[in-house]
Formats: sequence, structure tokens, C-alpha cells
Amino acid sequence: MATLEIRDLHVTVEADNATKEILKGVDLTVKQGETHAIMGPNGSGKSTLAYSLAGHPKYTITSGTVLLDGEDVLEMSVDERARAGLFLAMQYPVEVPGVSVSNFLRTSATAIRGEAPKLRTWVKEVKEAMQRLNMDPAFAERNVNEGFSGGEKKRHEILQLELLRPKVAILDETDSGLDVDALRVVSEGVNRVRETGEVGTLLITHYTRILRYIKPDQVHVFAGGRIAESGGPELADKLENEGYEAYVKGGASA
Amino acid sequence: MAEAPNYPVGSTTAGSIAVAAESTVATRMSAPPSFDVADFPVPHGREEEWRFTPLERLRGLHDGTAVATGTGVKVDVQAPEGVTVEAVGRDDARLGRAGTPVDRVAAQAYSAFEQAGVVSVPKETVLTEPIRIAVHGEGGVAFGHQIIELGAFAEAVVVIDHTGDAVLAANVDYLLGDGAKLTVVSVQDWDDKAVHVAQHNALVGRDASFKSVVVTFGGDVVRLHPRVSYAGTGGEAELFGLYFTDAGQHQEHRLLVDHNTPHCKSNVVYKGALQGDEAHAVWIGDVLIEAKAEGTDTYEMNRNLVLTDGARVDSVPNLEIETGEIVGAGHASATGRFDDEQLFYLMARGIPEYEARRLVVRGFFAELVQQIGIEDIEERLIARIEEELEASVA
Repeated sequence: MATLEIRDLHVTVEADNATKEILKGVDLTVKQGETHAIMGPNGSGKSTLAYSLAGHPKYTITSGTVLLDGEDVLEMSVDERARAGLFLAMQYPVEVPGVSVSNFLRTSATAIRGEAPKLRTWVKEVKEAMQRLNMDPAFAERNVNEGFSGGEKKRHEILQLELLRPKVAILDETDSGLDVDALRVVSEGVNRVRETGEVGTLLITHYTRILRYIKPDQVHVFAGGRIAESGGPELADKLENEGYEAYVKGGASA
Repeated sequence: MAEAPNYPVGSTTAGSIAVAAESTVATRMSAPPSFDVADFPVPHGREEEWRFTPLERLRGLHDGTAVATGTGVKVDVQAPEGVTVEAVGRDDARLGRAGTPVDRVAAQAYSAFEQAGVVSVPKETVLTEPIRIAVHGEGGVAFGHQIIELGAFAEAVVVIDHTGDAVLAANVDYLLGDGAKLTVVSVQDWDDKAVHVAQHNALVGRDASFKSVVVTFGGDVVRLHPRVSYAGTGGEAELFGLYFTDAGQHQEHRLLVDHNTPHCKSNVVYKGALQGDEAHAVWIGDVLIEAKAEGTDTYEMNRNLVLTDGARVDSVPNLEIETGEIVGAGHASATGRFDDEQLFYLMARGIPEYEARRLVVRGFFAELVQQIGIEDIEERLIARIEEELEASVA
């Protein structure tokens, strides 16, 4: 069973000619089939955790370990991490001029699966996945994220999640900027992948709204660069009622 | 008739991009066209038509100090049966018919060439094989004049291939008879030091079709001036261009389509990729629709893909309309940048770095390459693009 183990992760970032520590010792274990919600106020380091795991060059790991099935993730390049089974659905997906969605998806699937998917079954697979996400077939001929609305970008991220079938999916504020309909469609996509039982999900969010559609097994409150509290789904209800105030204060003094 | 849409160019952190200036086609040139080099003052670099060009790297083509050497370029013409290949003197009536030099270097070339090459395809002759003109630089200075002439209803493909090292100024004239179809592929695959400045003049006959594919990879400075005008109604011109500008290279394409005749069409698509320090691409797209050119249908587009820091693009589309009685007119210019975030995004989907760059550049050029319609040229272009990319990764 695939397991992602994060141990005492410290991460810094260079800003304004100074080195700032954003993650201050994160411990977390995500197993295949589990869904963990990471909730926290803005600036608590949630997205830093997501991008550090994916290997974004902006972030420097100063100490700690990240293992995926015992393999050292931090030693891997960005593309190696993806091929090892890590997937990051980005909060702000990037426009890639000149590359069509269909070409991008196929190149990506070829890289992740280790061989080019057979054309006929692939076309069907993509078409069906797009239909489930209420995406227009013409979408496949557009350039990656170019001119996409916020909702289209997020659907496109979840489309990739469905097609690439990672071991661990990190969803970075996938709910932000979505209206209720789009949120439902996107959540259904995530749930289809979760229901296979083959993916461990790290759901990063600022709001509790998405948790009505995607039920987490565990909820972690992220504050001051580490996990401040962990609990069951009931912890989300507490946050809904009380907000992050208690943690923000605690985080600042830590 | 609504104003043609003008899509402002995008911005890039890699360099600056000029947005369409207020100057007009008519006022763009600092001196009227002439065959005599003496009619043009030596440019100082601030003139509208020279302001992007590094004059100091033209090796004297612009100020009269470049003198033809015996071993300038070697020209080899391979033509299928039925095609006439000849060298003619200055008294030949076909010289200058397609157009007049519009700047000092073109006039210098016209004033200095010794013999003009003429390739003629007789009327109603339809060639199944391309005419191939190999222009190989032997390290010297040369001034050239080439005429490609198609009789009425003739059809031909001409591939002009520039390789080696040279300092070359030239005029190339395309004369299309009524109903003729000409495709010309001009490949600038020069060695690193070459300097190539040329004016291309196409005169498109009644109901004739002209397709120009300009492909620029090599050279230190390449400055081309493809120009089209029409000799009768119903003419069509498609001008495609592809350039890959590397560190230190200056590649400049200045186009003019002069809609001087009613009911003609033009379509211009130029795409370029840039990489490396001091890579500089310039694209000037002028379209003039004269008052008498009713029923004109024209569109021009320039797209640039900046792959690394330190490269610069100047893209200036310019559409001047003197009559409202037209079918359509538009232009667009955009410059995009392939940056670290795009690279991260593609790699985060398992795609290795080299493959990611290749994906972006191939995708960018693919549509254009497919328009060429000559298989061996298409394959060579794709291979050449991959070579350029490999050099950048290494």
C-alpha cells in the first residue's frame, strides 16, 4: 500500500534578499485510500507544503524527510516525483502557449505510464473523462490553460488527476474561485478517484465548504508552518464555527 | 466597414516589444524607392526603417565600403526539363519589373550586381519537381539579382537555400503571369558569421497565387524585406515565415503587402522562437490597402515565443486602409514567454525538461510547418528546430 511520509520538514524561501522559514517541522503520513484535509489561515504555509512536495525550485528544503513507499522524494527531480506517483493539482495552473490540451495530456500520460497509451482507447478515455467533468470536447484543441476561466482551469486539473491516477494527490485550494456548480463537478471528479481506493489525498483548503462534498478521514489545522492540531471530520465543524483565530495567535507566538 | 481589430502585443519580462507605431506605410521609408544607390543617404540608424538594425554589423553593405570579391557566393540552379535558366545583363526588360529597391542596401545590390540570374517557367508548364537554387557563401562579399518568372497558368515550386558564410546583398524578383501558381521557400541556414540583406519583390498576376515561405535559422545578421504587389484582380498572396533566433543573432523580417488592385487577397503568418542572450528578432508587417483596392481581404499575424532570458522581440504590425469597401482586414501580434513556471507545470506532470521544451516549440511551429506542403522541407525544418533546441539544452 502506497504511503507518503513527511517527517520534520523545514522549508525556506528567499524573499526580499532574506531567507524566511515557512515550514517549521511538518509531520504527516498519508496512506493510499485516505483523505486528509489540511486547513489553515492564509500565509500559514499550506501551499508551500504542496509546492515543496512537488519540487518547485523556489523552495529550499533545509531539513526533514519525505518518503513515498520508502523512496526519498526529496532526491527526485520534479518530473521524477510525478512519475513516482505524486500529483499536484495547482491553485494557479500555468498557461503553456503552443501546446494543445490533447497533446499535453497524451505526452503526460505517456511519461507517467511509461508507454504511449493506445490511441483508440486513449481518445475514448479522454472523451469520457471530459464528459464526466462537463467539459466541451473542443476544449482538447485549446492551448493548455490559455484563456481558461477559473472553473475551466480547475476542471482541467481534475481531468489530469483522473487520467494520470497518482498514488498521492495533493489538491492545493482546488475549491478557491469556484461557484457551487463547478465545486460540485470538481468534487465529484475527486471522489471518483478516491473511490478507487488507490489514491491518498491531501486536500488543502482555506474553507470548509468543499468538505461537504469531499469527506476527509482526518483534518489537520495548519498554522505557523506546522500542523497545530489533528482530528476527525468534527474538527472541520469546529473551524467552521470558531475560525482560525486561536491558531493564528498560537502560531505567531511559536 | 469597421476598424480592423488591433490586438495589442503581450508583454514579456525577457525583452521589450514595440506596439504598432502611429507611422504609416507611406511615411515609413526615409527616401523614395530608387534603383540608384546614390539616391539614398547613408543611414545613421535613427531612420524608421533602420532603427532596429545593428548597422555596425552589416560589414559595410549600407555605406558603400563593402566591395564585391571574386569568391562571394556560388549559385547552383537545378531545374527540371522545360525550365530556362540564364544569366542576363542590365538591359534585360524583366529587371526591376516586380519592384524597385526601397532602401540603400537593396539599391546598393542593384547598382553593384554584374549579371542577374533568370529562371523562367514557360506558360502553362506545370512542374512536378521543385526548382532548387543553392546559394552557398564562400566567405566573400557578393551582390546579387535573381528573377523567377512564371508564364500564364504555369505552376512551380522553388527552393532557395542559403548556406555557408558570406556578406550578401540581393534583390529577388518573382513575376507571376495570369493564373500562375508559385511557391517559394527561402531558407536562410547560414553559418554564424554571415550577413544577408535582401529585398524580395513579388508581382502577382491576375488570378495568380503566390506563396512565400521564409525560414531563417542562421547568420549573424539577416534582414529580409519580402514585398508583394498585384498586377491584376483576383491575385492571392500567402506569406509564411518561421525563424529561430539564437544568442547574438539579429533576424529581421520586414513585410509589405501593397493592395494596389481590387479583389485581391493576402494572408501573412510569421512565427519565431528566440533563445539566448542578445537574440533579437524584428518583425514589421505593413499592409497598405489603396483607395482603388476595393474587395481586398487581408490578414497578418506575428507570434513570438521567447524561450530564455536576454532575448528581445520587436513586433510592429501596421495596417493602413484607404478604402472602406473591403471584405476584411486584420492584424495580430503576440509574444509569449516559456518560463520556469511553465517548465515546472509540465514537469509536474511527469514530462522531462528536454521533452517539455520540445513540446512547446514543436507545438508552436507545427501549424505553420504544415502549411508549407513540401514534405522534405517540412522534415528538414522539424529536424533543424530540434537541433536548435538540443544546442540550447546542452
